[in-house]
Amino acid sequence: MIEAKIDAKLVPLPAPAIQLDHISRHYTMGASSVRAVDDLSMAIAQNEFLALLGSSGSGKSTLLNLIGGLDRPTSGSIVSNGQNIATLSSLDLARYRRNTVGMIFQSFNLLTRMTLEENVELPLRLAEVDRAERGGRVREALERVRLMHRLGHRPVELSGGEQQRVAIARALVNRPKILLADEPTGNLDSATGEAILTLLQEQTKYGMTIVMVTHERPLAEKFADRLAIMGDGKLLSTSAAKGL
Amino acid sequence: MKARDLTDLALRNLREALFRNALTTLGVAVGVASLVAMLSLGVGLQELASKRLSQSGLFDTILVTPKNSFRGAGRPQREEQPGKPVRVLDEDARKAIEKFPNVVEVYPQIRFFTEVRFNNKPFAAVVAGMPESSKNSGSFDGMKGHFFSSVAADEAVLQIEFAKELSENTDSLIGQELVLRYAERQALQANAVGSADRAGEPSGGFSVVPKELRLKIIGVVETEPAAGYGGYGNARLLIPLETAATLRAAQVNDLRDIVRDSAVNKTTYASLSVRAKSPSQVAAVELSIKNLGFNAFSLLDASKSLRTFFSVFDSLLGIFGALALAVATLGIVNTLVMSILERRREIGVLKALGAADSDVQRLFFVEAGVMGLLGGILGVTFGWLLGRAVTYGTNVYLHRQNLNSIELSSVPWWLVLAALVFAVLVSLAAGLYPASRAARLNPVDALRYE
Repeated sequence: MIEAKIDAKLVPLPAPAIQLDHISRHYTMGASSVRAVDDLSMAIAQNEFLALLGSSGSGKSTLLNLIGGLDRPTSGSIVSNGQNIATLSSLDLARYRRNTVGMIFQSFNLLTRMTLEENVELPLRLAEVDRAERGGRVREALERVRLMHRLGHRPVELSGGEQQRVAIARALVNRPKILLADEPTGNLDSATGEAILTLLQEQTKYGMTIVMVTHERPLAEKFADRLAIMGDGKLLSTSAAKGL
Repeated sequence: MKARDLTDLALRNLREALFRNALTTLGVAVGVASLVAMLSLGVGLQELASKRLSQSGLFDTILVTPKNSFRGAGRPQREEQPGKPVRVLDEDARKAIEKFPNVVEVYPQIRFFTEVRFNNKPFAAVVAGMPESSKNSGSFDGMKGHFFSSVAADEAVLQIEFAKELSENTDSLIGQELVLRYAERQALQANAVGSADRAGEPSGGFSVVPKELRLKIIGVVETEPAAGYGGYGNARLLIPLETAATLRAAQVNDLRDIVRDSAVNKTTYASLSVRAKSPSQVAAVELSIKNLGFNAFSLLDASKSLRTFFSVFDSLLGIFGALALAVATLGIVNTLVMSILERRREIGVLKALGAADSDVQRLFFVEAGVMGLLGGILGVTFGWLLGRAVTYGTNVYLHRQNLNSIELSSVPWWLVLAALVFAVLVSLAAGLYPASRAARLNPVDALRYE
């Protein structure tokens, strides 16, 4: 059974959730040019939990930003959800970020002056979801991260793990197809980190594709389906996680 | 993002940095206040001047005279058409003019020179008959005593300058009596002037008989309800129009009536005063009267010059106010630019969550607009209060000088509306640069910002 699953993961599915084709992202810093991502091709299957590993400056966060539509590649194409986001207009790219992807960050990036409920509601406001529908959606997302009882609290009143769970609820509230996580356990202790990754792993049950950038190989091996190792902007290797 | 959500978010942001945003809003308020205060003083002064002039009846009154009226020796008659009979200014003409649209009333100008005897001393004065309507025209506002008790009462109201000649204590004059000495016209029979064929009929000629009338002083007025123009001096002694008419006092134009045959059997007038509903109607009424064949004269042109002067005056005051507002706009730009720096990470989060550039831009715009609107409302209130304070201070000074109170500032609804619109527009313009800068922010850089 395990062998069959590994085989299925190693061979890209015919219709991947994300198809990266010869993408590069070069920066100019003074006279020199930095190749943050350099001619990288990869397919990420639907419903897959992919962990991007690599040393600092290897380009994994840049790659995540490119997949999330926060940045544009210098060259190459990124086909996500059937559209090449490298060629989208600024407005369509914002729509893509709003409706197709959800993002979580190492430093949570919750708005401190808002309550948990308001933080989680923010993507619904941006997506112009009816007010009547919003309450139910916010509660549903907070229930998925088991934080319904802290609805009216502000982020500063929560622990780091709880704040990251709120960030996950905020990323989930618009029911995205792809969840992108940039070092989600970086600011958490190992027990809390494991709890967060368990939560992320649960989301694949809802048909979600997850791409996670992390430094922590043991956690990645335990929770992800596949590991992709990056170095100097290139994809060095991909392998099935040992946990499988 | 929907407008309501955008506004909610903007208000929340403004509440977060309450002190700084309140100071910026106060800056806008001070700018708007100075603009409103300056303009309200300009408008107030204009209204004050217009009111004083309209009380004198100069700007809504047309003086009508016949075309052959006496204009001075050696001067040609105006618009005289050879061969065409000159229309007489009689009762028929008065009724015809009265029927014109926008004419409030038509009454004869009865003014005559007289000698007033008070405490056995003689004083020269021009007497004017005042119509009953002048009571409510504002001409007698602030008078001491009261208006004529009836349309034909033997009562007099004194203009303050004349009253001062009679007594230093003008208030004590009220209730006292004076004697009016005037020249009464008495018509002569035709045979008395040598027209044998019209013996027994009035000739058109008259004799002048000195008469006296005792009048009770019932009021003293500081305004000039019968300011003079069209050849008449300021009347300083005012009596009811009907009383004046019954006196049949000789007037300056009477010499003309002696020789004019057409006026023999009819009441003719040397001139009529026509009051239009408002100064803006004067031109049309004046034209209609001219078309009837009379001379018509008004001070409309002088009024136009006055309005032009005040427009320039208001513009100058407005420029000073606008300068203060310009300084306030720099405050808005500064606040919003600082806000971008502080909220850089938040902008990055919003963009990561799917906010379009236009959403971020509109958010900053709304924040600028709200500060402008609140600053505008506060500014209009401050400006109004400032105007009231200046008026109060001026009136305290005027009272000390024994002068009447005046309304120095005026904040009409259009000024309130214009100030609010101006404040919002200027604030939006000030928000233009910060908003576009925030919208252009790269989300990756913004999220990395600590």
